[in-house]
Amino acid sequence: MNNLIKGEKHDWEMVIGLEIHAQVKSNSKLFSSSSTKFGSLPNSQVSLVDAAMPGMLPVINKYCVEQAVKTGVGLNAKINNYSVFDRKNYFYADLPQGYQISQYKYPIVGEGKVTIDFKDGTSKDIRIVRLHLEQDAGKSLHDQNPSKTYVDLNRSGVALMEIVSEPDIRTPDEAGMYISKIRSILMYLDTCDGNMQEGSLRADVNISVRKPGDEYGTRCEIKNLNSIKFIKQAINYEAKRQIEILESGGSIEQNTMLFNTSTGKTKPMRNKEEAHDYRYFPDPDLLPLEISKEEIGKIKSSIPELPDELKNKFIETYKLSNYDASVLTAEKQTSDYFNETINSDSELKNHAKIVVNWITSELFSLLNKNNQDLNKSPVSPENLGQLIKLISTNEISGKIAKDVLEDMFSSGKTARQIVDEKDLQQVTDQGEIAKVIDEVIAENPKMVEQYLAGKDKLLGFFVGKAMKLTKGKANPKMLNDILKQKLNKKN
Amino acid sequence: MYKSSLKQTLKDLDTKKISIRELNQDYLNRIKENENLNVFIHFSEDNVLKQIDNLENDNSAKKLKGIPIAIKDLFCTKSMPTTAASKILENFNPTYESFVTQKLLDEGSIFVGKTNLDEFAMGSATNTSFFGNTINPLSKENEPLAPGGSSGGSAAAVAADLCLGATGTDTGGSIRQPASFCGVVGIKPTYGLCSRWGIAAFASSLDQAGIFSHNVEDASILLQSIAGFDQRDSTSAKVDIPNYFENLDDDLNGKTVGIPKEYSIDGTPMEISQIWEDAIKVLEKKGVKIKNISLPHSKYALPTYYIIAPAEASSNLARYDGVKYGFRSDEIDSLDEMYENTRAQGFGREVKRRILIGTYVLSAGYYDAYYLKAQKVRKLIANDFNKAFKECDFIVTPTAPSAAFPLNEKQNDPIKMYLNDVFTVPASLAGLPGISIPFGKDKNNLPLGIQILGKHFDEQQVFNAAVSLERSYE
Repeated sequence: MNNLIKGEKHDWEMVIGLEIHAQVKSNSKLFSSSSTKFGSLPNSQVSLVDAAMPGMLPVINKYCVEQAVKTGVGLNAKINNYSVFDRKNYFYADLPQGYQISQYKYPIVGEGKVTIDFKDGTSKDIRIVRLHLEQDAGKSLHDQNPSKTYVDLNRSGVALMEIVSEPDIRTPDEAGMYISKIRSILMYLDTCDGNMQEGSLRADVNISVRKPGDEYGTRCEIKNLNSIKFIKQAINYEAKRQIEILESGGSIEQNTMLFNTSTGKTKPMRNKEEAHDYRYFPDPDLLPLEISKEEIGKIKSSIPELPDELKNKFIETYKLSNYDASVLTAEKQTSDYFNETINSDSELKNHAKIVVNWITSELFSLLNKNNQDLNKSPVSPENLGQLIKLISTNEISGKIAKDVLEDMFSSGKTARQIVDEKDLQQVTDQGEIAKVIDEVIAENPKMVEQYLAGKDKLLGFFVGKAMKLTKGKANPKMLNDILKQKLNKKN
Repeated sequence: MYKSSLKQTLKDLDTKKISIRELNQDYLNRIKENENLNVFIHFSEDNVLKQIDNLENDNSAKKLKGIPIAIKDLFCTKSMPTTAASKILENFNPTYESFVTQKLLDEGSIFVGKTNLDEFAMGSATNTSFFGNTINPLSKENEPLAPGGSSGGSAAAVAADLCLGATGTDTGGSIRQPASFCGVVGIKPTYGLCSRWGIAAFASSLDQAGIFSHNVEDASILLQSIAGFDQRDSTSAKVDIPNYFENLDDDLNGKTVGIPKEYSIDGTPMEISQIWEDAIKVLEKKGVKIKNISLPHSKYALPTYYIIAPAEASSNLARYDGVKYGFRSDEIDSLDEMYENTRAQGFGREVKRRILIGTYVLSAGYYDAYYLKAQKVRKLIANDFNKAFKECDFIVTPTAPSAAFPLNEKQNDPIKMYLNDVFTVPASLAGLPGISIPFGKDKNNLPLGIQILGKHFDEQQVFNAAVSLERSYE
């Protein structure tokens, strides 16, 4: 695959690494018992610890630790028995302690990897450097008052997992696939709700460019991107910016950048000299975090089937392609839906590919059109299964099935109900079809002549006419066969 | 006016020789007579009277019912403001009660007021307080002496009989040294024995709450009341707290005392060496084996302490930024300016000095040379003690290198001031329990102190040795 981008002078390769911040799914914060509910009244979920009152002390939330370990296992990563919480010191109005409790030298999770799958059937491993736990900051609200800034501490102290990748990513698409894959794993594990709009999942992107085969170039970091679309846009813009500088003889400054979502451009926030000295040191209020092998084992055994395992299972059981299986398993709700559909009737197991198609193309496009989510789909897996069964047993044609699905989607009726009510059963009676064909042939003698003279294309004309007469209900294969037979007899 | 020990007072209250009201009225009167000592940052007669009213209507039995106690103004209290002796918390009223003070309240004690201290407990003379110096009650007229620090207000409160006991905190000697200066007993227990929850932090890995009292027995009663596990403090220890007072045993026959040779420091006044020798002789007479021990890394204790403590302080004090509570400067045109002016105007010189030192030693490029190295030395110092305690049951040393010094001496020489902690800091770094008891006088008839150090969570041995020395001295 050619991942290079063309510059004015020569080709360039992007080198991309991601730091993903995933909010841990937990009812309470990392070091306090305050609620983590999104969208509550400002400063309604703030404990004395979250507000950094004098003499207040953090106490680790064991559930968040378990969630991080679970996630580590899901990323095929090494779980560290010993990790340390450090203080990252800097001043900001929405950082009440004047430091963020994070993990620096000794993270809870070490090296791991995730696999991304391409459409052409190939796949690629992206290596993970580490995952560590840290607190989120509060929020500064600049738009409430023309001359004042307000601070909302509801988010202050909420647990985040920072997942750092190696610079193994080479294109914006790969970056998108990587973050989708991480999101998918977290959602299967139920360790993060994956809601990018609400900021539960956001990413910092490190990007540099180089001539193929060269050493890594100087990188810039684009902060705080909260959609895959923006991540791709930002990477594209930033890579172009860097290439233009390099091709005109300049050099890249190691900057931290912000991405403006309305202009689609990145701009520098601070340079290397202005970078903070965070003065990390072990938080003396917390003991090192020690997790025994037994505890890790216990957590491991509680882990559900992950997308890659499920993917392989689908490939093996249903003989699906790698790509189909990876699309099905990208989101837990999709694989759940598929499982329920295919298990709703024993017959369907032999038509797995048809089931995949009906979910990922027909149903998905209806959901998209109506801006609806799969887990709120008006068509239940059982009903879709019933529809597919009707197709596979030749009761209705695929073409009619599409109309039926639309009807099911809007009316909520079952496929059977609709087919019966509208009398949509496929006509499979040979005599009936033959009768219609005879009619068509009798009515179009000129066309028959031309056809017999060698104009094979006209077959479609007769099929269309006959179908129209049966209101589309004739079994297409039977119709074709009988038509050919009858026409050839005329010869 | 009533004046006695805590133990005796409990008896007198029990036998109705005196009522809670009478008792506390005498203490209130004495507090008002001694206002010139500037012992309290916060004192409200009404507040004390209200507490007396409440207790009079309370029929439940409580261990310290009606006992007047003074609280170092580093402990957050609901009923009184909490300032840490800093302008930056000048009008701060906590909505919560520290673990230690809550325990004392649960036992029925009466808080007479919040005592003065060095700002954020940084100092050795209670002269860095935003609320002015505290004067050592033992001062002669026109010759004001420092009460030591940082818990100078609490030590002075006990020495002047303004309460029957007081809380303190000790980071590098802040209980033991002022106890020595004021001629009272002061114990810093093992790190982790008393929860730090609700105590404004100075240096989290060293801060430990403790007690001032008139004698060892009283200290043993009060320490038991404030000790105990607290799940809100991750460094709090899950250990059983014995009844120190009931278990007090002054028979030291067959025990071994360790005498660290490294504590004989050049330039230590004769009087200090003398009381040390005297204490050893007393112990010898009681059948205690004398063992010379070595704590070879003790000489690095002060520099180590003055890296670790400021490093933690620089981070702990970052929360005082003018955003959420406490003092905020009026001169603010930007966020940075708000921080700069608030902290420049809100903190005193010593606090700023330590924030600067702490920020420096944690900075990129200096971390390994200072902070990391200091942590390594700290381990070596702790190992020295662990080794020594294989050969002895407790260690005896002087508490401070001098008696109380004049109020304004050493004011402008931080290094000299820091040297006050030379005997107390090693045990702080090792997290060990230590007590200071009055033992002997200097040539000006000022009290001197002897320090007894014990193994981790062996407060009982520390109390036993202390009570034995105390009884033979009296």
